[in-house]
Amino acid sequence: MTDSIQARFQSFTQTHVAPLASRHDRLQCIDPELVGQLAAQGYLGAIISEPYKGLGLDMPTFGLLNYELNKSCTAVRSLVTVQNMVGRIIERWGNAEQKDQWLPVLAAGEKIAGFALTEPEYGSDAAGIRTCFTDHGDTFAITGTKKWISFGQMADLFLVFGQAEERLGCLIVEKDTPGLSITPISDILGARGTMLAQLEFDACSVPKENLVTNLGFGLHPVAFTGLDLGRYSIAWGCVGMAAACLEASVTYASERRQFGSCLKDHQLIQALISDMTVDIKAAKLLCEHAGRLAETNDRNAMQEMLCAKYFAAGMVNRVTAKALELHGANGYAPEQGIERFFRDAKIMETIEGSNQMMQIMIAKYGIQHG
Amino acid sequence: MSDVKSKIRQFLTKYIEHNNFNDDDHLFEKGYVSSLLAMEMVVFVEAEFSIQVGNEDLNLDNFKSVDAIAGLIIKKTDN
Ligand SMILES: Cc1cc2nc3c(=O)[nH]c(=O)nc-3n(C[C@H](O)[C@H](O)[C@H](O)COP(=O)(O)OP(=O)(O)OC[C@H]3O[C@@H](n4cnc5c(N)ncnc54)[C@H](O)[C@@H]3O)c2cc1C
Repeated sequence: MTDSIQARFQSFTQTHVAPLASRHDRLQCIDPELVGQLAAQGYLGAIISEPYKGLGLDMPTFGLLNYELNKSCTAVRSLVTVQNMVGRIIERWGNAEQKDQWLPVLAAGEKIAGFALTEPEYGSDAAGIRTCFTDHGDTFAITGTKKWISFGQMADLFLVFGQAEERLGCLIVEKDTPGLSITPISDILGARGTMLAQLEFDACSVPKENLVTNLGFGLHPVAFTGLDLGRYSIAWGCVGMAAACLEASVTYASERRQFGSCLKDHQLIQALISDMTVDIKAAKLLCEHAGRLAETNDRNAMQEMLCAKYFAAGMVNRVTAKALELHGANGYAPEQGIERFFRDAKIMETIEGSNQMMQIMIAKYGIQHG
Repeated sequence: MSDVKSKIRQFLTKYIEHNNFNDDDHLFEKGYVSSLLAMEMVVFVEAEFSIQVGNEDLNLDNFKSVDAIAGLIIKKTDN
C-alpha cells in the first residue's frame, strides 16, 4: 500500500518537480503552474482530513511525500510543509466556522498560506514576540513586523502570531487586509525558491473571529502543533535531499574515471559512500520512528520529532558536503544539483528551530524524563 | 478524582523540582512551570486519559492548577 503511494509520489516529482528545481533556485520563485499541479494531486492538503477535502494522509505517508518532494526540490517541499502546517493548526485548534471557511480552500490550493511567527528581533526566543494585537471591540489592530516568512510573496493568508497585553495568540490575516504591506526578501544562501518576505502590519484591522483559539495559554500548543509538523516534514525532506545526493554520487563514481579506474573502485571513495549510506539510513529510521509515534498520539512523539529533525539536519550537511567532494569541480557547477542541495542543507539547521534550540529541548526532555 | 490528581502530580513533578505545591496553587503565576510546558500538558492529558482537548478547552483556567486540570479531565471523560 505505502509502496504504491510512494511510487505515485515519486512518479509525480520526477515528472513535474525535478525538471523545475534548478529554475526555482535560479529565479527564486515557484512555477505557478506547478502549484496548480500540486493542488490537483491533493498535496497542499495532504494532512488535512477528508471531510475538509484533504487527502488525510497518515504521518508515515506524509513523511514519504516530503521525502520524495525534497529529493527534487526544497522549495516545493517547503510549500507543502507550510500549507499543511497552517491547515493542521486550523483543523486542530480552529473553531467550526474557521475550519469550514479555510480548510477546503487550503486543501484545494485555492489559497496559499504563510506561517508568520519570526520577527526581526525575535527568532529562537519566539515567546518574546512583540507584534501587538490591540483590542478595538469587534476587531484587533495588528502592529509589528514579521521577517523571513516562507512564501510571504505568494500567500493569500497568514497565521500571524502576536500578543494582546502580554497574552500571546494568533490571528488569520488575509493578504489584502489594509495596513499589511509585503516586501520580498531575495538572494539568501539556500532554499531560494521559498519566496521569503517581510510583513509590516500598521494598525492592520482584523475581525476578532479570526483569532485561533484563546489568547494566553493557547499560543504554545498552537505554535507547537505547527512547528512539530514542520520539523517532521523538514527531517524527511533532509533524508530526501541526502538520498538524491547519494544516488547522484553512486552514478558519478561509476562513470568518472581517474588513475585508470572508476572513482567507485578507489577505497577512499567507498568510504565516502559508506558513510553517506549509514548516515541516511540512521536519519530515515529516526523519521520513521517519529512518524509512527505521532500517528498513535504517543506522548514521546514530540521528543522523537526533535531528535529526527536535529539528526537529519546535521546528516544532510555531512552528506551534501561529501557528495560535493566526490563530484570534484563538477559538483560546484549547477547542472548536477549538488551545490544547490549543499546550500539548501545549511538552511535546515536553522529553520523550525535551530540546532541549538533542538539540543536545548532534547536535553531538557531527557533530563526531565530520565 | 484522587487517582486523576495523583497522575497529574506525578507528571508535574518531572518539571517542578520541589514537590510542595498545593492542588489549588496557580502553577503559572507562582512561576513553577513555564508556558513552554503548556504543549506537554496538553499531550499528557490527551495521552494519559484518552481524551481530546479541543479549541474551547485551550484556556489557562483549565490548566492553571492540579484542581483545574483534574476538573477538565473529569468533565471530558464524563461527556
Ligand atoms: C529560508 C528560511 C525560511 C523561513 N521561514 C519562516 C517562516 O515561514 N515563518 C517564520 O515565522 N519564520 C521563518 N524563518 C525564520 C526561522 O524560523 C528563524 O530564522 C529561526 O527560528 C532562528 O531565528 P533567528 O534567525 O532569529 O536566529 P537567532 O534566534 O537570533 O539565533 C542566532 C543563533 O544563536 C543561537 N541561539 C539563540 N538562542 C540561543 C540559546 N539560548 N542558547 C544557545 N544558542 C542560542 C541560535 O541557535 C542561532 O545559532 C525562516 C528562515 C529561513 C532562513
